[in-house]
Amino acid sequence: MGLKIEDISFTYETGTAMQVRALNHISCEIPDDRFIGLIGHTGSGKSTLVQMLNGLLKPTQGRILFNGEDIHGDGYDRKNLRAKVGLVFQYPEHQLFEADVLSDVMFGPRNLGLSEEECRKRASESLFMVGMGERFFKKSPFDLSGGEKRRAAIAGVLAMHPQILILDEPTAGLDPRGRDEILGLISEMKKKLRMTIVLVSHSMDDVARYVDQIMVMNNGKLVYNDVPSEVFRHHKELETMGLSAPQVIYIMEYLKERGLPVNTEVLDIQSAADSIMACMGPAGRGRS
Amino acid sequence: MFENITIGQYYQTRSPLHSLDPRVKLTGTLLYIISLFIVNCAAGYLLAALFLVCMIRLSHVPFRYIVRGMRAILFLLAITMLFNMFLTPGQVLWQAGPLHLTREGLTFAVKMAFRLTFLILGSSLMTLTTTPTQLTDAMESLMRPLKVLHVPVHEIAMMMSIALRFIPILMEEADKIMKAQMARCAEFDSKHLMKKIKSMVPLLVPLFVSAFRRANDLAMAMEARCYRGGEGRTRMNPLIYRTRDWIAYGVVFGFMAAAIALRVFSASLPFPLNL
Ligand SMILES: Nc1ncnc2c1ncn2[C@@H]1O[C@H](COP(=O)(O)OP(=O)(O)OP(=O)(O)O)[C@@H](O)[C@H]1O
Ligand SMILES: [Mg+2]
Repeated sequence: MGLKIEDISFTYETGTAMQVRALNHISCEIPDDRFIGLIGHTGSGKSTLVQMLNGLLKPTQGRILFNGEDIHGDGYDRKNLRAKVGLVFQYPEHQLFEADVLSDVMFGPRNLGLSEEECRKRASESLFMVGMGERFFKKSPFDLSGGEKRRAAIAGVLAMHPQILILDEPTAGLDPRGRDEILGLISEMKKKLRMTIVLVSHSMDDVARYVDQIMVMNNGKLVYNDVPSEVFRHHKELETMGLSAPQVIYIMEYLKERGLPVNTEVLDIQSAADSIMACMGPAGRGRS
Repeated sequence: MFENITIGQYYQTRSPLHSLDPRVKLTGTLLYIISLFIVNCAAGYLLAALFLVCMIRLSHVPFRYIVRGMRAILFLLAITMLFNMFLTPGQVLWQAGPLHLTREGLTFAVKMAFRLTFLILGSSLMTLTTTPTQLTDAMESLMRPLKVLHVPVHEIAMMMSIALRFIPILMEEADKIMKAQMARCAEFDSKHLMKKIKSMVPLLVPLFVSAFRRANDLAMAMEARCYRGGEGRTRMNPLIYRTRDWIAYGVVFGFMAAAIALRVFSASLPFPLNL
């Protein structure tokens, strides 16, 4: 059934001069087994929105339903909600605290009151899932590299077996290789565990390849919520919001303007190349 | 959780109080605090309250915002009051076992509560209207005479300003870490004391790590900009007294004189004012 967001708004520091309207009447749905990209310029309210989804922040207006129940209703078990809706924060490596990686990943399951054995099992599974083998288990989390810390932190949330996994800018501050590794890892997890993933980012190039739905935020409003090709059709509007469509779209648009009947709804380089080759096909070669 | 602590925070706006020379505000706050301990009768407290309210109005900081900062101190205040009420010897009003509530204790507790409240409100008003940079400039300038005694005035001022600046940063950081741990189902509102202490570990360890990291970064950044102590350092905005600053000094000294006068003549005031 997933998450349903009904017309929520949120204001930071209400009643002071620093008052910020971070979310402005947002409604949307996050159905099961989806890979969603949440995109927006810096300060558009992405992090605020995702903290709403697991009840860390309470909307000043509107409701959030998880599996049909209001998460701020009386007696709702929000601790359990946080296990079901896993949230990996921006720069999650700053939350590590235990003496070794394995214990740190076990922190979440322990809080759920699971048996020590079960915690250990889940933790080692999650660590394997993020590509951290046994040799990391007894290392101090503070001795890991930046990318490894981040993976350990993701494992820490994964170990609670969430139905929905939200990752807030998991690639921020990583080099291209670290970024590709993390994104590859996430899409693999999606395939293996069949959970819903919400990937927050401000780079369309990162997201376009993996997701099957894109939500675009601007100034606290949800502007688009559609499949990638539909969203990228508005690339002119996206630019006014400080965003852009993936590079390939621009190339394809350019070629089309120049009279080559290519498909402008491609998302990655391979299909773009295929589309160009198809147009150039026997006819194309004949012309030259 | 932490957004209610306003002590040490700066409130950005334009007001007569904001534009005063920081030295005036620092001295003024100090004199105000001293006056709080000079006054000893209801009239004096009334005067102190009046002065504070006027200053708050002049600062253009919303009253609610300042008072909200008090909530964090309430617990401390309550404890102080309880101790004063029951541990001051004197005429017993009420008794329960070994506890004696005395008349003297009660008046003393109420007075102390007012003093502490005004003290906290007054000093937070200063930090709310003065940026940490201004504050240290003022401190350094006012303590300059101590340099003769080889007191490292500049270094002390710098350390204080950094400490002040770091309070809101660490609060924000703590809030972030807390949320991150709560996302892993940690509970911070446990009623059980041992559990509560234990639940602080996942918050405090990352907080310390980050504080050290920040300190390190800051030291590097200062060094990269060739900071080498106060020797030969000039200011971007030198402190210069203007007319309004002298007027402000006048007002503060006037208030202090009134406080002293009220103390001297407190015995001859009419009934409710001489309590
Ligand atoms: N704790 C806070 N207190 C006050 N204002 C805040 C707080 N957190 C965020 N804001 C404000 O709310 C708005 C939305 O912030 P948010 O962090 O949700 O943006 P974001 O889309 O995640 O940006 P980024 O890409 O930089 O992470 C911003 O204007 C920000 O200044
Ligand atoms: Mg963010």
